[in-house]
Amino acid sequence: MDLAFFGVQLLNGLQYGLLLFLIASGLTLIFGIMGIINLAHGAMYMIGAYLVYDLTFRLGNFWLAILVAVPIAIALGLIIERLFLDTLYKRDHLYQVLLTFGLILVLNEMQRIIWGGDVHSVPIPELFSGRIQLTDNLQYSHYRLFVMGVCLALAGVIYWVIRHTRLGIIIRAGAVNRDMVEGLGINVRTLFTLIFSVGVALTAFAGMIAAPLTSIAPGMGDSILITCFVVVVIGGIGSIKGAFWGAILIGMAETFGSVLIPSLASMVIYLIMAAVLLVKPRGLFA
Amino acid sequence: MLHRYPRRVVIIMLVLTAFVAIFPLWGPVVFGAQSDFMMEKLTLMLILALFAMSLDLLVGIVGLVSLGHALFFGLGAYTLALASPAFSPAAIWWMMPLVMLVAALAALVVGFLVIRTKGIFFIMTTLAFGQMLYYFVNTSRHTGGTDGVFIMFRPSVELGGTVLLDLDNPLTFFYVCLAMVVVGYLFLRWLTRSFYGQVLDGIHDNEHRMEALGYATSHYKLVAFVISGVMASLAGMLAAMQYGFANPAQLGWHTSGEVLMMLILGGMGTIFGPILGAFAYEILQHTFEHMTTHWPILMGITIILAVLVLPRGIAGLIIDPPNRESLAKSPLLKWLKRDATTPRNEAAKPVAPATGKEG
Amino acid sequence: MSATTHHDALLETPLLETPLLQTKGLTRRFGGLVAVNNVDFTLRQGEIHAILGPNGAGKSTLINLLSGEFPPSEGEILFQGQPIQGKKARQIARMGIGRSHQKTNIFPRLTCLQNCQLAARIHLGGVFGSWRSRHRAREVNERALEVLETCQLVHRAHTPASAMSYGEQRQLQIAMVLATAPKLMLLDEPMAGMGREETAQVTELLKGLSDRYPLVLIEHDMDSVFRLADRITVMVDGCVLETGPTAQIRASERVRDVYLGRHHEESAA
Repeated sequence: MDLAFFGVQLLNGLQYGLLLFLIASGLTLIFGIMGIINLAHGAMYMIGAYLVYDLTFRLGNFWLAILVAVPIAIALGLIIERLFLDTLYKRDHLYQVLLTFGLILVLNEMQRIIWGGDVHSVPIPELFSGRIQLTDNLQYSHYRLFVMGVCLALAGVIYWVIRHTRLGIIIRAGAVNRDMVEGLGINVRTLFTLIFSVGVALTAFAGMIAAPLTSIAPGMGDSILITCFVVVVIGGIGSIKGAFWGAILIGMAETFGSVLIPSLASMVIYLIMAAVLLVKPRGLFA
Repeated sequence: MLHRYPRRVVIIMLVLTAFVAIFPLWGPVVFGAQSDFMMEKLTLMLILALFAMSLDLLVGIVGLVSLGHALFFGLGAYTLALASPAFSPAAIWWMMPLVMLVAALAALVVGFLVIRTKGIFFIMTTLAFGQMLYYFVNTSRHTGGTDGVFIMFRPSVELGGTVLLDLDNPLTFFYVCLAMVVVGYLFLRWLTRSFYGQVLDGIHDNEHRMEALGYATSHYKLVAFVISGVMASLAGMLAAMQYGFANPAQLGWHTSGEVLMMLILGGMGTIFGPILGAFAYEILQHTFEHMTTHWPILMGITIILAVLVLPRGIAGLIIDPPNRESLAKSPLLKWLKRDATTPRNEAAKPVAPATGKEG
Repeated sequence: MSATTHHDALLETPLLETPLLQTKGLTRRFGGLVAVNNVDFTLRQGEIHAILGPNGAGKSTLINLLSGEFPPSEGEILFQGQPIQGKKARQIARMGIGRSHQKTNIFPRLTCLQNCQLAARIHLGGVFGSWRSRHRAREVNERALEVLETCQLVHRAHTPASAMSYGEQRQLQIAMVLATAPKLMLLDEPMAGMGREETAQVTELLKGLSDRYPLVLIEHDMDSVFRLADRITVMVDGCVLETGPTAQIRASERVRDVYLGRHHEESAA
């Protein structure tokens, strides 16, 4: 493996890791603050991708599609939170697992009803359709760089919110001790709705910007969900910092795993998780 | 008292067992030409009942919510498929212990890692380990990839050259599965009422207190994890015989989710509930499949409703039949009347009053 | 051996034998907060030793350190002369240090008797060593019934713990500690939230047990403390303010100023 190829893989791993971070941060926030395990999180990623696929062809513009799709995703998050999750706070995790599993079945099937069982793709938007020349025979897509930039910017925003705002203080307190949040005199109801909607919006947005890079297929949310579980377990539940480094680690491991040891590629991330569990059962950053 | 149920539970279960056992008598009358197909369905339900029961030990009794139980189910299926000789049946006398041994070892390793985690972590890690095996068999050449492995011969049950049971005979196999469910149920009933079961109840109620008393709770949990895994592997072995193949889907996380749905439908923590749940789930699915090609949506709605309306499942209805008073307290009413200003709902367990003082 | 009102009890008696439990320079920090600060604490054989102090003084943290709930940041804990700091809670429990918690901490779905059986069984060898032994089962049962008798809960033996009154649940907590046949009991506010009558009843119970079970007691009820304790340690802000025989603490100006006075003002207010 020459250096340039290595560099491309490094960028790929980074880009994939950053995308995973967007999804995992929502997952870890929802658990950290609300104490809810949301299996339907992956389905929201899928819905994000399908929405953009659908709207890009309807509206003829990828950016316009994202602009319309984000509010739809937020609205869906609001509906789910108000209608179902509302009953699950303080109930056993088992019921959360079951109810959100039920939601997966419903959402996956709705996807089939609306968009069918075929595999689709979205063209890379023209603005970023170019490639930069890394070496004589290696190029790297502008769009991938753009995705990286957007993810990093969002990660920066999340970091800033958590470090420097009142909301951030509440989030940090909640991740350590959820009961404390109630003691801070906060409208927990509104906070939960906000967190859930933001979490769902993040994962749906990840699905949207990933749409031109992946094939849009039924069940695409399931595998990403489980990868993100691994990220959250490695990073430590409720920890945004953990989600970030966990996502980068898994992104790299999966990218390099499939290049270096293809026979074990699908197992690599789980082996890493097992190793982390052995050493730090509560995750690296908990 | 815990794990002691009203007499009507025993009566209902005995009647249902007898009803199932004499299917060969009434099946052809009711289903006519479809009777053979229905008996296959019934056999499958029995196998799933055994699977659901095994998970109940973890989820309902110990309070460990595993979302990766299909790992052991699939492991049982694959062990049978891969260890069976290609051109002759394997002897059940070594096949069954082998399946159990493989599952026990896997449960020991996976359990050692996941038992270290708690709550939501446990859910995520069990799911992840389940998926690990799923992706492995999906991509490995040795396990037939996405196609799975076919089983040409069901194991033989012979002693000294005499055939004791012919598992290829659907009727015999049906009764073998029925017997496995009955034995499995009696074993778990004995286990939950033993002192070990009492320790598991203690861990479910208040693990922290168990530790403070001096119990190494993780050892007890690990034992339960292994027992549960071994039982699930036996169910998986039977399932592979029934289908004639081992397939990645058998250990995917949708299977784990489905068996959890059987638990909630039937009523977890009761051992007999999940048996009813497995039957209810399969009957519902069968019905929905005939109604629409988009049946998963109906399954999803059913499970959401079960969580909202019937968290104690069918078993809950049998143990405490609904009356006017309990209906007034039903979770559905609470859901409909819920106060939008507060996210707090009823706690899952009865909790003793606490004092406000801090030391 | 209990505190007497003789004035010579004001004098500290020299410590001859190895103390049952002793801490040296025990410290526990939580982030920047020092919850327990350089505490030297000694429990003599056969004594009831009460820990007093305002809320947030570090009393419960001290108990949690002694029972191994979490490890100390610094310092030593000696039980019968052997260091036990850093051991897990369950190991310490099996060495014979039984504890109850400030918040009611029982098994709500199990019956009163089963709660005690769980406690008795671990003391009599756990589960796996004796799964089949009928003899052992009888022993466990007898032990459980015995402690229910002691705590006057026999009539509730087959009631699920969640269905018992609050006072009964508190008593059950003590019964469970007793069932482990501890060499030493750590009770964190055993009478918290109880009525007058129940408090008096539990005080008598503990009094009756004191000759068999040395006891470290956190309690806010002054009457009970003065009635029970042979020795008192007063903590303020994680430090030991004063320690000594009950009569000495009662007479101490410093304690009165810092703690007792404030406490009485509080309860008067």
